[in-house]
Amino acid sequence: MTAADLIAVFSDFAFMRRALVGCLVLSIAAAPVGVFLMLRRLSLTGDAMAHAILPGVAAGYLFAGLNLWAMTAGGLAAGLAIALTASAVTRLTPLKEDASLATLYLVSLALGVILISARGSAVDVMHLLFGSVLAIDDTALTFIGIVASITVVAFAVLWRPLVLECVDPGFLKAVGGRGALIHVAFMLVMVLNLIAGFQALGTLLSVGLMMLPAASARFWTRSLGAMTALAMVFAAIASLTGLTVSFVANLPSGPSIIVAAGLLYALSIAFGPTGGLIARFRPARHRTG
Amino acid sequence: MRNLGEDDRPAGGAALAFLNATIGYDSHPALHHLSASFAAGSMTAVVGPNGAGKSTLLKAAIGHLRPIGGDVRISGCRRTEIAYLPQLAEIDRTFPLPVFDFVAMGLWQRRGAFGGFRRDDDEDVARALSAVGLVGFEQRPLDTLSGGQLQRVLFARLVLQDAPLILLDEPFTAVDDRTTGELMDVVARWNAEGRTVVAVLHDLELVRRRFPRALLIARRLIAEGDTAAVLTPEHLLAARRHIEAWDEAAPYCEVAPAQ
Repeated sequence: MTAADLIAVFSDFAFMRRALVGCLVLSIAAAPVGVFLMLRRLSLTGDAMAHAILPGVAAGYLFAGLNLWAMTAGGLAAGLAIALTASAVTRLTPLKEDASLATLYLVSLALGVILISARGSAVDVMHLLFGSVLAIDDTALTFIGIVASITVVAFAVLWRPLVLECVDPGFLKAVGGRGALIHVAFMLVMVLNLIAGFQALGTLLSVGLMMLPAASARFWTRSLGAMTALAMVFAAIASLTGLTVSFVANLPSGPSIIVAAGLLYALSIAFGPTGGLIARFRPARHRTG
Repeated sequence: MRNLGEDDRPAGGAALAFLNATIGYDSHPALHHLSASFAAGSMTAVVGPNGAGKSTLLKAAIGHLRPIGGDVRISGCRRTEIAYLPQLAEIDRTFPLPVFDFVAMGLWQRRGAFGGFRRDDDEDVARALSAVGLVGFEQRPLDTLSGGQLQRVLFARLVLQDAPLILLDEPFTAVDDRTTGELMDVVARWNAEGRTVVAVLHDLELVRRRFPRALLIARRLIAEGDTAAVLTPEHLLAARRHIEAWDEAAPYCEVAPAQ
């Protein structure tokens, strides 16, 4: 396959162009979400939320078919309900956040599958769970654009309190910062990104475009800003490679993108200078002071 | 956004008073009917055995614990302006943040969540770092610091907070003598600038040497006043005799609130 063939994949097929643009925009928005999920040790929370939005998306699908806005509204409502219930349970009872989320998302996922199987077919289930590039039409692109814009603005506003809430929540509380409010705002942005991602990647895998590039970037730099930028680049590379491979080899797009991100992750674990395996086992030299 | 210069900050420290305050957990008092006052510009050590309610006292002062009865009053500043150093700061040291950025968080009251940093802010951070002897540590990640260095970093942030009331919960635990001495000088300078300082301490020798006032508690007030008059053998013995455990079947306290 030559470079010309590669370009032809996207220049000849409009749906591939839309998929690529959608995934690249998604990469920019999802990367900072993933970085903070990782640094706040909420990686599995992202995963749980991806499962939790399923019944909402399914309900939207049942009422309006493959209508983006109905499925989005449903997913958003379900995601918010789970996130808020989970943090309420965490703050009001002795249960920790992981336990309260795990219990809620399992119920939520089960409800979602029941809803879909009540009316839809196995194809519908697969489509909702794992996405399809063919689903990215102009409406979906607009939606991804809106979500990415909201995400970028939200991070510009939330960055400092979010960092502080991660490093020293007690201090934020003492100086009068609204830690709970910031947490909810962050969860909201995350749910929006999960929903934006489910057209291309499916509800289960859209969290992959957040977590894998963020986790990979951790192996290349210790600076928060550089880590976020690098995560965006990794996500974009994974999107481009994954989409191309899925087209050429006729594979599902979502899993292809995530496997590409997984390869980048494996390379980072091996070769990353900050904590990578090779750097770890290379004989260490030390300075005089 | 507030942007107070140095001139328009109210002169002197803020005052803190406990008025017949009962503070505790699950209806069991950790501090029972405590009345004590910390005047503006005073410097007080809070001493007492383990489980005496010393940390509880500070947590009630910054409003993390609400008194079950009585009142905790602060005059001279808002609650969020108090600088508070907890005993076990829940700091995630693996977070990729250099010392400079961490210390700069002390400017929260001046710059808030979104205010841009100006050059004089950077200079203030540099001055705070040099005040605690951490010049050259600006770009060090938090997880490479020793326990004593981290304590210096936390003090630098307190310096930047520029607070009229400073609460320290066992600030010198696991800190060597030299660091303790240098950080104690920082505390003395705060007090000389008119700020009110309340510090929970275990080292009675240090308290006798450096703190003019002391408050001895053991789930209730034992003694309050000049350090020499408070830290007497009789008072210390009385404090040691206190009962640390809760009595699950203790009757409810029926003392009328004496205002």
